[in-house]
Amino acid sequence: MVMLYGRKSQVDYRAKLWACNFCFQRNQFPPAYAGISEVNQPAELMPQFSTVEYVIQRGAQSPLIFLYVVDTCLEEDDLQALKESLQMSLSLLPPDALVGLITFGRMVQVHELSCEGISKSYVFRGTKDLTAKQIQDMLGLTKPAVPVHPARPAQPQEHPSISSRFLQPIHKIDMNLTDLLGELQRDPWPVPQGKRPLRSTGVALSIAVGLLEGTFPNTGARIMLFIGGPPTQGPGMVVGDELKVPIRSWHDIEKDNARFMKKATKHYEMLANRAAANGHCVDIYACALDQTGLLEMKCCTNLTGGHMVMGDSFNTSLFKQTFQRIFSKDFNGNFRMAFGATLEVKTSRELKVAGAIGPCVSLNVKGPCVSENELGVGGTSQWKICGLDPTSTLGIYFEVVNQHNAPIPQGGRGAIQFVTHYQHSSTQRRIRVTTIARNWADAQSQLKHIEAAFDQEAAAVLMARLGVFRAESEEGPDVLRWLDRQLIRLCQKFGQYTKEDPASFRLSDSFSLYPQFMFHLRRSPFLQVFNNSPDESSYYRHHFARQDLTQSLIMIQPILYSYSFHGPPEPVLLDSSSILADRILLMDTFFQIVIYLGETIAQWQKAGYQDMPEYENFKHLLQAPLDDAQEILHTRFPMPRYINTEHGGSQARFLLSKVNPSQTHNNLYAWGQETGAPILTDDVSLQVFMDHLKKLAVSSAC
Amino acid sequence: MSQQGYVATPPYSQSQPGIGLSPPHYGHYGDPSHTGSPPGMMKPAGPLGAAAPGGMLPQGHPPHGPHQFGQNGAHAQGPPLQRFPGPPPVNSAAPSYAPYSPSTQSSYPSPVSTSSVAQLGTQLSAMHVNSYGSGMAPPSQGPPGPPSAAAAFQGPSRSPQPSILQPGSQVLPPPPTALNGPSASPLPPSTHRQDGLPGPAPPNAQYQPPPLPGQTLGPGYPLQQANYGPQMAGAQLSYPGGFPGGPAQMAGPPQPQKKLDPDSIPSPIQVIENDRATRGGQVYTTNTRGQIPPLVTTDCTIQDQGNASPRYIRCTTYCFPCTSDMAKQAQIPLAAIIKPFATIPSNETPLYLVNHGETGPVRCNRCKAYMCPFMQFIEGGRRYQCGFCNCVNDVPPFYFQHLDHIGRRLDHYEKPELSLGSYEYVATLDYCRKNKPPSPPAFIFMIDVSYSNIKNGLVKLICEELKTVLEKLPKEDQEETSSLRVGFITYNKVLHFFNVKSTLARPQMMVVTDVSEVFVPLLDGFLVSYQESQSVIHNLLDQIPEMFADSNENETVFAPVIRAGMEALKAADCPGKLFIFHSSLPTAEAPGKLKNRDDKKLINTDKEKILFQPQTNVYDPLAKDCVAHGCCVTLFLFPSQYVDVASLGLVPQLTGGTLYKYNNFQVHLDSQQFLNDLRNDIEKKIGFDAIMRVRTSTGFRATDFFGGIYMNNTTDVEMAAIDCDKAVTVEFKHDDKLSEDSGALIQCAVLYTTVSGQRRLRIHNLGLNCSSQLADLYKSCETDALINFFAKSAFKAVLHQPLKVIREILVNQTAHVLACYRKNCASPSAASQLILPDSMKVLPVYMNCLLKNCVLLSRPEISTDERAYQRQLVMTMGVADSQLFFYPQLRPIHTLDVKSTTLPAAIRCSESRLSEEGIFLLANGVNMFLWLGVSSPPELIQGIFNVPSFAHVNTDITSLPELGNPYSQTLRMIMGIIQQKRPYSMKLTIVKQREQPEMVFRQFLVEDKGLYGGSSYVDFLCCVHKEICQLLN
Repeated sequence: MVMLYGRKSQVDYRAKLWACNFCFQRNQFPPAYAGISEVNQPAELMPQFSTVEYVIQRGAQSPLIFLYVVDTCLEEDDLQALKESLQMSLSLLPPDALVGLITFGRMVQVHELSCEGISKSYVFRGTKDLTAKQIQDMLGLTKPAVPVHPARPAQPQEHPSISSRFLQPIHKIDMNLTDLLGELQRDPWPVPQGKRPLRSTGVALSIAVGLLEGTFPNTGARIMLFIGGPPTQGPGMVVGDELKVPIRSWHDIEKDNARFMKKATKHYEMLANRAAANGHCVDIYACALDQTGLLEMKCCTNLTGGHMVMGDSFNTSLFKQTFQRIFSKDFNGNFRMAFGATLEVKTSRELKVAGAIGPCVSLNVKGPCVSENELGVGGTSQWKICGLDPTSTLGIYFEVVNQHNAPIPQGGRGAIQFVTHYQHSSTQRRIRVTTIARNWADAQSQLKHIEAAFDQEAAAVLMARLGVFRAESEEGPDVLRWLDRQLIRLCQKFGQYTKEDPASFRLSDSFSLYPQFMFHLRRSPFLQVFNNSPDESSYYRHHFARQDLTQSLIMIQPILYSYSFHGPPEPVLLDSSSILADRILLMDTFFQIVIYLGETIAQWQKAGYQDMPEYENFKHLLQAPLDDAQEILHTRFPMPRYINTEHGGSQARFLLSKVNPSQTHNNLYAWGQETGAPILTDDVSLQVFMDHLKKLAVSSAC
Repeated sequence: MSQQGYVATPPYSQSQPGIGLSPPHYGHYGDPSHTGSPPGMMKPAGPLGAAAPGGMLPQGHPPHGPHQFGQNGAHAQGPPLQRFPGPPPVNSAAPSYAPYSPSTQSSYPSPVSTSSVAQLGTQLSAMHVNSYGSGMAPPSQGPPGPPSAAAAFQGPSRSPQPSILQPGSQVLPPPPTALNGPSASPLPPSTHRQDGLPGPAPPNAQYQPPPLPGQTLGPGYPLQQANYGPQMAGAQLSYPGGFPGGPAQMAGPPQPQKKLDPDSIPSPIQVIENDRATRGGQVYTTNTRGQIPPLVTTDCTIQDQGNASPRYIRCTTYCFPCTSDMAKQAQIPLAAIIKPFATIPSNETPLYLVNHGETGPVRCNRCKAYMCPFMQFIEGGRRYQCGFCNCVNDVPPFYFQHLDHIGRRLDHYEKPELSLGSYEYVATLDYCRKNKPPSPPAFIFMIDVSYSNIKNGLVKLICEELKTVLEKLPKEDQEETSSLRVGFITYNKVLHFFNVKSTLARPQMMVVTDVSEVFVPLLDGFLVSYQESQSVIHNLLDQIPEMFADSNENETVFAPVIRAGMEALKAADCPGKLFIFHSSLPTAEAPGKLKNRDDKKLINTDKEKILFQPQTNVYDPLAKDCVAHGCCVTLFLFPSQYVDVASLGLVPQLTGGTLYKYNNFQVHLDSQQFLNDLRNDIEKKIGFDAIMRVRTSTGFRATDFFGGIYMNNTTDVEMAAIDCDKAVTVEFKHDDKLSEDSGALIQCAVLYTTVSGQRRLRIHNLGLNCSSQLADLYKSCETDALINFFAKSAFKAVLHQPLKVIREILVNQTAHVLACYRKNCASPSAASQLILPDSMKVLPVYMNCLLKNCVLLSRPEISTDERAYQRQLVMTMGVADSQLFFYPQLRPIHTLDVKSTTLPAAIRCSESRLSEEGIFLLANGVNMFLWLGVSSPPELIQGIFNVPSFAHVNTDITSLPELGNPYSQTLRMIMGIIQQKRPYSMKLTIVKQREQPEMVFRQFLVEDKGLYGGSSYVDFLCCVHKEICQLLN
């Protein structure tokens, strides 16, 4: 067993030996470490460096690969905007990156980029499912037979690989490709009245996957799929081309009326798995007012670590900036992305890995540290993550193994090591190792210790991921019940109360926010599909399953800031009571940034006070949330939907649907007026939720 | 011919006793008198004279005579039917010898055929006579004799041959006569020749050559005989008989002598020349029903006065028999060869266009015939009776017009549809697909860019040429630029489509690799206006050769290429034409993939027909789809080996396209021929998405159609396109009686889309006579049309029947037709006489040419592809083309008068007409040969080739150098004239006498025995005569 060093190791400096903390094997330091001593420790051994990264020099470096797959069934201005974005992106790519272009509509075109004087593309019918082999044959990727003409002198092998016809270094074909994109036309096939354009997304993606599979297997690559509508023909079609038949809704799905869904999902899953197996990630940029079939295609991004971006149009800053941000660089000028990673988890013997939830696929590596109980993607100690960026986060679940014959030693520590092999955007292969250790505490006698060490935010996010994972694979209501039961159990275990007396129920500080997170989680689009299309649900869940803790928390419980003349901006409760006439609210739900002007503020603004010199302070007040919003917008990926609204505005619903409905039309008068905005909903408020929770927690019935 | 020994027996027409002057007239062969003389000899004298003039059908003829029958040059008067009394076959012939001397002629008329024979003999070059004679002799003794006889003949003949030319000098022949005596008159045959009657030949059908002076080759003869041998035996006897019939004619003593020069058997050249002499340069007005037009070879001006010009419709006979019994009796095919888009010379009026606006053409309610001169207006103009179905229709109000005193509408001369045989209607939306006006058609150019085509420079050649030829896309007269759109595809194993939209900076290429289910990858930008996209197109055409310069792809597909073009037209919703430039057997994995299945072992078996059938069943449905979408396919083939023309050519054939084939194409030699074809094909007048319907008056109907057509049912002739060179041959059958009064009316309506996308109807009307007299029928026949029909029906049958059967049918039918005439129309005569109706004088020689065509010859030496190609070629030919194709033009060049613009007179296609000192030009519409005799005059060689001597002439060249001297200029001009108006550019081959390539040239000397079999004219005539005799017995 090869172990990487970590600070959890026991080291014998004199003998130049170290003992592995996971398997207790004693190992010799390699020659490079000859000089180590107590005073000359390598970084690996320093406690402050829990994470160490190694660069591997072996092996050929492969360039970054970007394969654009572009829908041409777009409106003229949408297509124009998309073309510009794509052209812009070329300038952001490193010169040696390989790029390829596939466009599709009724047909699928694979563009050959190396041609001089003429633009050449291979065209495929959009209705015919082709195997990887067929695709490679048709693209001429298979080795041609030995030249047939003995008379002809053997061709000098100018082309290192045939694939180069479709994937070319950007510095060679920059101009060519820019022109090509510039000349890109809308799909020319006429779309009769009452029909959707025929869009062969399924075949296009299949060809993209097949192309990379045949040319660059096991090399990091990014397939970027840009779609402006649902696939309407061929394998992977989501809806027919008759406009009178609407695309499936949750209602249809529940009624089992979505006739293309299962087949399409299967098609995309197959593609996603193939792409993942080859270390290629798939991004989906879907910009349309209607659904585009993200529900069916979600696995492509979810399994390969690709991005999913949903917008109304390619001609919006949401898309443009999001897209641009993909190519943002770090201080070293490297892309903030990595490819083809494998994550391996090693544990000390008291722990076993139950599973992971995130943008990954299982590598099906069994081992002694793999638990039999699966949570998320389990049954393995290694996962493949084809696309990584700084926010990519996996939730990993462990199980404590309580063996009766080998109890956990008191005062010992459980250790976990995460080993991530990946292809850095500088094209180096790297290994990053993170090692952590935690003290063991006895669940009976040391409950306080556990309570004090509880990270309720992390716990909420991990529970939420589990919940969402279940929601994706199981029925919705059951998930809510399951979540409730877990919450009640937690409260029963860690709450302080007198049996059957709800009023006596208390939770310590380290748990105090947890029920509130659960309340908002229950209402969130991750678990509730009401008011969301299947695509939207898929989109929200996609991001929830890959973002880091902070962002995930924002998603669960949006942040609300209030701006007023009464003082500096302050965070306020996500509650209808916070909606006041003389306030400006700024809500960040991760997916949306909402600026909401209270009734009075809105009237002032309409009256134009902000333009009067004497009311400059009002102008500043109006400006403050805008500035703060910009700050968020600058860092967020994907770009949130930016909503500027006011009291009574139609867009105010984004705010109203998120806040805790402490005042509704049902209890409005009981609460009196002027204390906030009533929400027209039958949803229970946090207060009611807590009351029930307390009642159930103290009840001995459950 | 003239020189050859044949003594012209005094031709005499039965009808016109007087006429007989010139030997040229060939009426019946065989003496009428024959019967009289027991031996089968002919006693021309008595019976002939009498019978011919009076009794013969010809009565009517005399008047017509001049017009209808181009008489042999000199003797224009040629009565319709002339008989040539064969020389008396009888042994008695011997006596006749004496007569040989010129003086004998007078005797011709005299009862003793022998005498006539003798005369002939004398006239004939010694050779002929000899040969025959000798041959005859043996046969006379016993029929089988021929072979040996033949051999014998040769001997004598050879020696004489050289001298042959001067008939007079070598009178030696007499010997033969002697021979005649005994058996079937061997001698007689020779005499026949003189008359143009091959009759004598019978003994050994194969004799063929004997007459030919030039042919020393003797060896061949004997063999031939073998074929006929058996039959001959019996028949032979009779042949000889054929003497110049009309005693009366004969009478003109001086004449016969003078005319000794022409050959004794009917000469196509003579027939053509006669017709040209009598009718050439005149105005032919089509104002009478059943008129017999001038021959196709005769130039004249045609004025439409109620019947379609013969340029559009020609018939096998212009007088239909009244009953089907009669038709069966005569076995003359009743057929029309319709060339609806025939080119009209500029001095004739183009078709008028009638536009009735939204109401569309006026049509009979019952049979849907279109308004035409055959509609009879009645009741003061309120109603009209349809000439086809006799239904009485109301005249639509907008169309009403009063009648004049003779019951004719007052606007008769103002409306083309009332006064003309041919005119056009603007079609209404009802006549359009889906009731939508059609889009302008498109041309799609599809170039095979596989390795060999790139390598040999063909692709570059095509691309270069397209740049200029596209400037000349066909357009309507009033249009400034053509509304045709163009598209481009290249292919090898996969297809490359090109987007040449005018807004593009550079063309876009789209590769479709899914050939199993080919589709059109683009719509917008594929079919473009050449004018608008010119720069992009030029850019593309410049690039194509470069683009594939490194390609080493050998394999090609074919069916997917057609399908792609068809789908493209379908997607664009317009009709159009594909120009495919292809060179190899499509072996790549795809629909329509072909194997090399050229199996010579099948030849001469019942399975031989398989070679003419397509190899897979992919092409037929493909053709059907193409026709259904108005997609015409023209294929340019550049094979270097077997490419299975039978399969590849099917779609072009069924879609009304043209197949061009250039064997072993070499850019530096064959470019000009190909480019001329390409230009011509692109520029020629064409109608798209056509459907033709032939309506007839009651009593008969169209039953069979031949041509580049597709038929989904029995009446609608569908053509994806039809151009000015395509003809459809239609066969008619009786289904009731026809009346002499109302005649037989034919209306051919073609609904089509013009090059500018206008939907039109083209109507051709033709009225024929009907008669219950067989004689009328026979005198109204047109042999050129008959051969066209026979060729097409035989070539169609090739797909289903063994060739042997087909050949037998042809021979039998020929014999039957002639026997029927002999039996019913000719004056009584000896059975041994061969009597031909004047209108069918050249039927035997033409029929023999057809039988000798490589399609019908089962010989492994002939490439299967070539046979399939020629089969296809003929299927769409018009009468003029088939005439030339089967009987090539052979013209002496060494006698060229450089100061005259007239073509040198053609001579008969026989080696005996060539001379060592001569240079001859032969053309059949597909090939052209310049034959150089070994002793060609050096100054001519110098003038034409710019080399000092015969030996220096480079025979590889395919075009003559342009030299400033008059010889060169004149010769080139002559070649230009011959080429003019021919649908195919003829490939020029220079042939030197006695060099190997001469063998190829020989095949075109169709009166001689074929290189690969096929009898000589003389032999065939004997054979036919024998058959006739059997029938008559």
